[in-house]
Amino acid sequence: MRFFIEKARKGDIMKPKTNKTTGTKKKSVPVRKRKSFAEGVKGFFKAVGNEIKSFFTIFVDGSWRTKLSYVIFGFGNLVLGQIARALFFLAFEALFFFYTIKSGWARILKLGNLKELTEQVEFVRLFNKDIHVELLLSIFSVLLVVVCIVVWRNSFHGSYRNDKLLKEGRKIPRSAFDKGVINFIKAVGNEIKSFFVIFVKGSWRTKLSYVIFGFGNLVCGQIARAALFLAFEASFIYYIINFGLAWILKLDNLGDIGSHEEYDPIFDTYVRVNGDNSFKILLYGVLSVLLCIVCIVVWRMSFHGSYENDKLLEEGKKIPKFKDDLHDIVDSKFHRTLLTVPAIGITMFTVFPIIFMILVAFTNYDGAHDGYSGLFTWTGWANFMELFNTKTSNLGYAFVHILLWTLVWAVLATFSNYFLGMLLALLINKKGIKLKKMWRSLFVMTIAVPQFISLLYMSKLFAKNGLINMLLIKWGFLEFPFDFWANTTASRILVVVINIWVGVPYLMLIATGILMNIPEDLYESARIDGANPFQQYMKITLPYMLFITGPYLLTSFIGNINNFNVIYLLAGGAEANSNLLTSGGSASDVDLLITWLFKISMGTESNYKLASVIGILIFMVVSVISVIGFNLMPSNKNEEDYQ
Amino acid sequence: MSKEKPKNLSIKKEAKQRSLKTHQKVTNVIVYIILVIVSIIWITPFVMIVLESFKGEATCPTDAIIPRQFSLKNYKALFNIGVEKKDEIKFFRWYMNTLIMSCVCAIIQTFMVLCMSYTLSRMRFKGRKFLMNFMLVLGMFPGFLSMIILKKVMSGWNMIGENAVWGLIIIYTASSAMGYYVSKGFFDTIPKSLDEAARVDGATRATVFFRITLPMAKPIVIYTLLTAFMGPWGDFMFAKYIVNNATDGMNVAVGLQNLIATSEGLAAHYTHFCAAGVLVAIPVTILFMCLQRYYVEGVTGGAVKG
Repeated sequence: MRFFIEKARKGDIMKPKTNKTTGTKKKSVPVRKRKSFAEGVKGFFKAVGNEIKSFFTIFVDGSWRTKLSYVIFGFGNLVLGQIARALFFLAFEALFFFYTIKSGWARILKLGNLKELTEQVEFVRLFNKDIHVELLLSIFSVLLVVVCIVVWRNSFHGSYRNDKLLKEGRKIPRSAFDKGVINFIKAVGNEIKSFFVIFVKGSWRTKLSYVIFGFGNLVCGQIARAALFLAFEASFIYYIINFGLAWILKLDNLGDIGSHEEYDPIFDTYVRVNGDNSFKILLYGVLSVLLCIVCIVVWRMSFHGSYENDKLLEEGKKIPKFKDDLHDIVDSKFHRTLLTVPAIGITMFTVFPIIFMILVAFTNYDGAHDGYSGLFTWTGWANFMELFNTKTSNLGYAFVHILLWTLVWAVLATFSNYFLGMLLALLINKKGIKLKKMWRSLFVMTIAVPQFISLLYMSKLFAKNGLINMLLIKWGFLEFPFDFWANTTASRILVVVINIWVGVPYLMLIATGILMNIPEDLYESARIDGANPFQQYMKITLPYMLFITGPYLLTSFIGNINNFNVIYLLAGGAEANSNLLTSGGSASDVDLLITWLFKISMGTESNYKLASVIGILIFMVVSVISVIGFNLMPSNKNEEDYQ
Repeated sequence: MSKEKPKNLSIKKEAKQRSLKTHQKVTNVIVYIILVIVSIIWITPFVMIVLESFKGEATCPTDAIIPRQFSLKNYKALFNIGVEKKDEIKFFRWYMNTLIMSCVCAIIQTFMVLCMSYTLSRMRFKGRKFLMNFMLVLGMFPGFLSMIILKKVMSGWNMIGENAVWGLIIIYTASSAMGYYVSKGFFDTIPKSLDEAARVDGATRATVFFRITLPMAKPIVIYTLLTAFMGPWGDFMFAKYIVNNATDGMNVAVGLQNLIATSEGLAAHYTHFCAAGVLVAIPVTILFMCLQRYYVEGVTGGAVKG
């Protein structure tokens, strides 16, 4: 905030060079000469000619990196450490070839054969889908080829640009992500190096510490540390030999024989015999692997600790005793003390479940294969393939349909709340309005009431036998009750409108706080310059708000993508759309991805594999939006600025 | 001539100011009208819930906004006074469940968030940036994704269904440190020079945390307590999934939704739901209004610093 005000004082806001998204930037429109059509055509051919020429010249001129970039997209970027770009290129190439070979090419060919296409349309009708879906998919495939050519061009041109930069001796531009990845790789390299270096350089104590954890500490008199190390090692070895190894070994196919019935010759009956349990194998297998990783970390600590002691002895310094360790816990290593409990919580209840669920996406874990009576096993990418398989499965269609509505909903919900909330705050804060505090409290009170009460009440208000319908009938507007939640358009409009009712007070609160901080002199000078209130709003208030609340807008957008409460409590009972019926259960037209995920997990099919696929897809959607959002942000504020 | 000119000007100026004033008055009147209309729209549903809760003539939705017959029947029914089916509404149980969850969560979550945010704000250590980015990426996974396995694990520990309260407390609080952003933003604004001065005087980092920073962080502690308290009051998704339709383990949100989910339930319990809503909203609203200052500070601070 302070940062912004300083900027404002300097007049930077008015010169919008620094913040691109504020909307105040006036693009300087170059004066164009009117070209005749012939000239335009000529120019176009010239450009195409240049493109073709550059295609060959770059291949000849370019380095080996550039030459390889013709085949492997982004290779030139990857080698020179532009990892984010390279990953984008590679992912695009992989997905493109995968899709085109798998189904896109056939679809493109189908465009030439209309008869087959119409047959396809007939087939699609069986699935009750929009009959143009197949046609659209064919056109999409063609467009994808065009996009691929553009990306291909960018791949080798980008690599060639890097070549030029290298030749001129300039730096290759790298993003924060690239730097992070490079640092990470360097750190791993250093670790591996130090592993050998310490073994060679270290004393006999250190060498023995590689086998007996904490040996170096024990010999040097750090009894407490040594005891912890040894206790860990002993319990780890005990666990791994007795249980862990068995679990890890079974991970390869998640169990051979489930619980089954076996003939018992003594009693002459079949008795139930406990077999493998895939769920337990996956659970304990992953936990054991995590434990092994922890063990490697402790191992590293063991020989590094001993090596440090070696160094201290060499320099003739004192070796820290238990008392010093205790002091460290509250002083120089206080961060570890504070982070221990949260870190354990996050690892066990967020990281581990996410790893587990990602793995589930590659199995056939569902109600029929619950791991106990029916074992489940690895199925590779089959669950993801189902998304692309439009012929026998409805999943891809349902996903795209629900995703589109989710995005539309997120845009509508976020921006309607944002602007209306800001408007309300402006009205309340207007000069000359009395009882400001009363107005504000009135709206704040609506935040305090738990959402589920107001949402459930609203949902029942608009129900078929709810008050609104009764009143409309009583006053003669309707003859029969109108089911708002069964009608796609009505229910979609209703959720957006009711969301405004729920969310605007919250934004009013935020906007009020920020609006009061806008320096009054900005407005005064604007008024002297003759700006009317609307202009003041567009040039001062809005840019300021967007600048300050950029991160909030992004988080609330993502929050709305995952806005379970509003959708489920309002329209949880909405009628299912038969087009969206999948193996996981049904969904309605108002459902977001998150409520769909909920319904699949709660559904009678217990289609967990599908649920985890959807969960991963939500993650991908959210992360793509976050990356785009962060790059759109007017300023990536430096956190050190405040301190 | 030359003498008259300034007089003329001042008259004009006055006229202009007067017209400006009337203009402002008119716009103010319009703004007042808009504000009154808007606040009526916002408040009406809540008034209707309250009116509905006193309705004596029927338990189903009727076309009367103002009840024809005021009575406390609905409130009594929540505590099974004067009801035939005793085990349908377990409002007291639900209320206690929610209250326990809220209080325990408020304390544990505040502890977690303070630890995480203070460390990330104040201390520079290896892997700090990595930790922050890692949590950012983790936060992009839908929270519900991990519920499938957590439910299985919790059922192994006998913490779902009737005992869902304890399972839910673990689920709500275990990863709550990931919501450190608002609190970290607050700590970032406390000048570092204070810490350094104390450190020069020989204070350990722990002393700095407990003696200097925490007393100054009262607003953010109250904000975290308040939001953590209100979380379980309103949570529906996790509670519904973990509770497995066992009425004894429900919180108020799931219990009340369950009550009016079917059309028969709606006919039998609609007014009971409204009465319950009033009882649920009252303590939270009072708490909220008392601590509103801290909430507003936290919310605006959070929005500003992301």
